[in-house]
Amino acid sequence: MVEAGAYPLLRWIVLLPLLAAAIHGVALALLRRPLGRTATLLLSVGAPAVAFVIAFLALIRLIAAPPEQRVLSDLLFTWIGAGSFSADVAFLLDPLSAVMTLVVTGVGTLIHVYSVGYMDDDHREDRGFQRFFCYLNLFLFSMLVLVLGDNLVLMFLGWEGVGLCSYLLIGFWFSDRWNAYCGSKAFIVNRIGDFGFLIGIFLLFWSLAEVDAATVNFRELAEALPRIAEQTVTLPSWLGFLPGAPTWKLTTLIGICFFLGAAGKSAQIPLYIWLPDAMAGPTPVSALIHAATMVTAGVYMVCRLDFLYAVSPGASALIAWTGAITAIFAATIAIAQTDIKKVLAYSTVSQLGYMFLAAGCGAYSAAIFHVVTHAFFKALLFLGSGAVILAMHHEQDIDKMGGLRAHIPWTHRWFLLGVLAIAGFPFMSGFYSKDEILLSAWLAHDLPGHQVLYAIALATAGLTAFYMLRLHFRTFLGESRVPLEQRPHIHDPVQWILAPLAVLGVLSVFGGFLGPSAALNPVPGVAPEHSNSLANFLASALHGAQHEVAFATERWLAVTSVAVAGLGALLAAWLYLWSPQLPARIRTVLAGLHRWVANKYYVDEAYDAVFVRPVVSFSENVLYRGIDVGLIDDAAVNGSAHFVRGFASGVLRHFQSGLTQGYLFLVALGTLAIASYLVAG
Amino acid sequence: MIDLLFYLFAALAVAGALGMLLNVKNTVAGALSLVGTMVSLGAIYVLLDAYLIGVLQILVYAGAILVVFLFVVMLLNLRQDVFSPERLRGTKLLGVVIGALVCVELILLVPSALGPAAGIPADFGGYRALGAALFTDWVLAFEVTSLLLLAAMVGAVILAKRSID
Amino acid sequence: MVEKAVALSALLFVLGALGALTRRNLIVILMSIELMLNAVNLALVAFSRQWGDLAGHVFVLMVIVVAAAEVAVGLGIVLSLFRNRESVNVEDVSLLKW
Repeated sequence: MVEAGAYPLLRWIVLLPLLAAAIHGVALALLRRPLGRTATLLLSVGAPAVAFVIAFLALIRLIAAPPEQRVLSDLLFTWIGAGSFSADVAFLLDPLSAVMTLVVTGVGTLIHVYSVGYMDDDHREDRGFQRFFCYLNLFLFSMLVLVLGDNLVLMFLGWEGVGLCSYLLIGFWFSDRWNAYCGSKAFIVNRIGDFGFLIGIFLLFWSLAEVDAATVNFRELAEALPRIAEQTVTLPSWLGFLPGAPTWKLTTLIGICFFLGAAGKSAQIPLYIWLPDAMAGPTPVSALIHAATMVTAGVYMVCRLDFLYAVSPGASALIAWTGAITAIFAATIAIAQTDIKKVLAYSTVSQLGYMFLAAGCGAYSAAIFHVVTHAFFKALLFLGSGAVILAMHHEQDIDKMGGLRAHIPWTHRWFLLGVLAIAGFPFMSGFYSKDEILLSAWLAHDLPGHQVLYAIALATAGLTAFYMLRLHFRTFLGESRVPLEQRPHIHDPVQWILAPLAVLGVLSVFGGFLGPSAALNPVPGVAPEHSNSLANFLASALHGAQHEVAFATERWLAVTSVAVAGLGALLAAWLYLWSPQLPARIRTVLAGLHRWVANKYYVDEAYDAVFVRPVVSFSENVLYRGIDVGLIDDAAVNGSAHFVRGFASGVLRHFQSGLTQGYLFLVALGTLAIASYLVAG
Repeated sequence: MIDLLFYLFAALAVAGALGMLLNVKNTVAGALSLVGTMVSLGAIYVLLDAYLIGVLQILVYAGAILVVFLFVVMLLNLRQDVFSPERLRGTKLLGVVIGALVCVELILLVPSALGPAAGIPADFGGYRALGAALFTDWVLAFEVTSLLLLAAMVGAVILAKRSID
Repeated sequence: MVEKAVALSALLFVLGALGALTRRNLIVILMSIELMLNAVNLALVAFSRQWGDLAGHVFVLMVIVVAAAEVAVGLGIVLSLFRNRESVNVEDVSLLKW
């Protein structure tokens, strides 16, 4: 194991947002005096900005070091020490966490800036300008702990922290009960995933402890894992229907447990249901948490544990298939949604499916590349939609929009760039990262059915282009369906909001050049060592599958995906731009199908009926009425009181009648008893 | 012959006891029938070779203790006893039954535990033998009883005084 | 004869106990207690006769002394009670009732 260089500034990346959150919290809770607006801005926007600068400096350090020594660490203190086991509060910066940290702090800073403009316009009674920034900074702190933690336990701390902040922020406008419900739903579904995460940690630790290598530190885990890489577990007979039964690799089981946690956090099937409802929170929250950072924590975790998944083909196959199916499933739902944010939410679920597909195929750097580019364009799209919502005075239904290009031109321009990026317009960021993923699916010969995976991913690319362009056309182009009296009030938002949009727009266009594939280099003749730079940078940390592929194959695959995306775009243009009456006719013809898709295939209702209602009913009737009230309150507590009272007044009272002869009788009885005992014994 | 006498005096004793128990109206009559019991018991003691005890029984019990009872009864001028038979009938019957059971149990138990009879000297139970035992082996008990009697005397006097001045 | 004496003693004891528990005249109760003590005396004498041990007789003497003392004090109490309550009914002295 390479000795990690010490870099004491690392802790400030994490601690600055925590400090900002703490100051806000103290001001709100103890002093009950909100800080002045300038102070809030400096603190809340300054903290992530400075963290970004520090992360950037650390990145430069990393790049300067030779590839084998690209590790920086900073140890704060030993958090849990028990015998030979220790979990430290220590931060580890290697290429993987460096990339994630830059994304988190960079996009985070932009969104904090955006929030200033967005929350200013918020006129609700429970406005909470300062509370919002407190929670936002707390979230950044948790996310950074998650990304920079050097051991599983610290990562879990950050994991739970982001779950908590997600709940706090989704239900931010809590005076509306629906928002609070959505926050609870997000948290609870996350917890189901966390159960898997914990089981994974325990299994891993336990199996390693049996070979005397018990640790939770990532670097030590990577070293120690080969010792249990070939162990198998025997499944019980009632699980015999599972593929590969009855013997499974131990690492596969562990990998699946960890993936359950990732599925909860990153909204994959079956735990994706919280993300669309999470749109009840303010738009900056949706942008930060549910597009750029928190939901990518699952992807980060899988890539962080690449050494585990490399020896678990079963778990990797499950991840790839789940990702692919989630991608296409969510994409089909997105094509029928009419709320701007819901479309973007399902789009996020779908794109996360892409990332897991790449991770399952062993292309971890492709997954991280897509994380980065997705952060750019999805944050841009969400922020743009926030600007639209503000302009429309909190109207979110695209059926009531249209023709907004004339009213909010700048928003339209930046939004369009985001749409093109996600659709995979050639040479934009989305194009490069998506093609890396398609390539990895095409080349994953070890994965059963990888051609089907490629086909699914390709189809999803077409669907993505379709629904994103549908969204764009319905919102900004075509006939305006906005009520006449509202039209004069629609205008571009303030600079606080537009500036982050601009930055993200530029990044969405040019961000792909962080790591373009050599085959798709737009400028021929540029030295190949500049291509694949992201992948090369990450290669020292991630050990994915290596494939050799001809440039020609890559280029053909790229052409195919552009063609499919183009088809989707043309279809969207035909239906929503050139013949706008067609969608209504299609809707009436395929009414049943449309209702299914628009209602998200009734998955939420199914979960409600199968899981939620029985549990709630059981809890209410059996646990509450039966056991708590009936057994504990009535029978045990009240019952024993009644019994004592009855016994005393019915039986014991007669022993103290005050009558001498009664007492004499008792004496005689007692004597008789003793005498009998003595005689008999 | 001795057995016959024993049965006779035993019957008299039981009759006297029953007379005291079942007599509701007249307390004096009850006390007097108890005197009969005491005398019969004294006779039985004599039959059991306990001569001194038998005499003492008649002297002390019949002649002193029951006389005191009679004094008090007459002093208090008690005629009627308040005794409502209806209320106690059930428990009385139960008491009688239980008492009979206990009695039978005791009677059945004892003979098997008695063991062989020991021979007794000629002056067994006479004043000389009893006096010798009392003043040598049991002298402590003897002295303590004198204390007891003193305490009882003082108590009786104080309790019976009309007022303590 | 010793067995018969013991049987008689048992019978007399039970009669005395019944009287003490059933009758409500305090004086009769005290007399029943005397009867019980006499029954015990009879048993003691019988056993003493059986085993030829004079300790039984000495015990009887002590019992007689105690009975005398108890009667004296007990009747003194009855007198005080009668002076205060005009009644020797034992149910009238139930101040210890709960």
